[in-house]
Amino acid sequence: MKAPRFEYRAATSVAHATELLAEYDGDAKVLAGGQSLVPLLNFRLSNPAALVDINGLGELGGHRLGADELHVGAVCRHREIERDPQIAARCPAIADAVAQIGHVAIRNRGTVVGSIAHADPAAEWPGLAMLLDAQFTARAVQGERTIAAGAFFDGFLSTVLDPTEVITAVTFPLPPVASGSAWIEFARRHGDFALVGVGAVIECADESITSARIVVTGVSDTPVRVAAAERVLHGAQPGEALFAEAGRVVATQVDPISDIHGDATYRRRLAQVLTRRALAVAADRAA
Amino acid sequence: MRISMEVNGRGVEVDVEDRTSLADCLRDRLGLTGVHLGCEHGVCGACTVLLDGSSVRSCLLFAVQAAGHRVTTVEGLADGAGQGGLHPVQTAFMACHGLQCGFCTPGLVLTTCELLAEDPAPTAEEVRARLSGNLCRCTGYVKIFEAVDRAAELMRARSGTAAAPAGAAEDTR
Repeated sequence: MKAPRFEYRAATSVAHATELLAEYDGDAKVLAGGQSLVPLLNFRLSNPAALVDINGLGELGGHRLGADELHVGAVCRHREIERDPQIAARCPAIADAVAQIGHVAIRNRGTVVGSIAHADPAAEWPGLAMLLDAQFTARAVQGERTIAAGAFFDGFLSTVLDPTEVITAVTFPLPPVASGSAWIEFARRHGDFALVGVGAVIECADESITSARIVVTGVSDTPVRVAAAERVLHGAQPGEALFAEAGRVVATQVDPISDIHGDATYRRRLAQVLTRRALAVAADRAA
Repeated sequence: MRISMEVNGRGVEVDVEDRTSLADCLRDRLGLTGVHLGCEHGVCGACTVLLDGSSVRSCLLFAVQAAGHRVTTVEGLADGAGQGGLHPVQTAFMACHGLQCGFCTPGLVLTTCELLAEDPAPTAEEVRARLSGNLCRCTGYVKIFEAVDRAAELMRARSGTAAAPAGAAEDTR
């Protein structure tokens, strides 16, 4: 399987990238890591007139870990995040999740922002973005706008991004230092997309939970936050029984589909069990 | 589009279509048929090459994107240091019979090279995780894991690091 014909256009600046996207008026795709886009091309599921390559744009590379946020440029690779021990120390859910994306050769090339723009509901970065309330910076010829993760994912492989826009960066606000976080997922084979993944963040004070966040992937057409289960945790004392109860609530709130990889009942059970486990790990990590 | 890149230590110039994958360019234009194409969508790992020293799927990269970069294929590994002039990883795969049909072997060898460059004494668990992205449908991997262990020993010995028991090797990292 080979990619269909397209025009390859290497952007020389972010402004140039937006001009190229405008020139093709919605019929061009941004090429970053290509680890999701190129398989789509090879399968002939996508047939754009042009690819706008942003890999040469140095200003879109790298990441910056601040006191309370992680800033990631549009061509920063998964592997760069994976190999920063400070990120793992500051927000372990990110490190848990990124290590489970594909294989090293995929993580060497694939990008954080590309995964978000691709919006696979079973992927790690869209789930992390929902868990941490990430903000995306999108540029078009007309100007720049900021989109919150909660308003970004529109459906299966679908976002509110206009085809003439390019995401230049993503900012992940980090939970307080005293909080705990975890990401747990289950896949049939190492490196596969997870059947279900669960991210959790817990903050505690005086032996009770002051804030909790739960995101589940692989159970809907986008990652989902489960507010009903979060409410069960607020103000309660952390413990196995409470986390099991939160898991049961998650199971009542998600409505997964059945496919050849796992039926709906199995996915719902996975969501329940992984929620309990993720909460336990997050609570254990909370100071 | 005419591109220039460094392939196995040699500068090359080649004309490619925009849509030509790096894998097809290496195989069809440069004759480097050690780059094997299995799935052509990034799953099997047979087409793994090193781009500036890092493993990548050459079926998921367009040749035009490699312009100005350094590409290493299995043909570029033999450095004259091992048995028959082979790279120690190749020597180890041969000595341990870490292959049967050989289709996955170039990808596994290059993945192993990257792993051992990063970590001269990986644990068994690390080796398994790292090689899980390269599908072998013949061997059941046992001989491949043995080959990686042997390669690590050979490379440590070559770099002058004491080829010590696994526990002691931890200290050299």
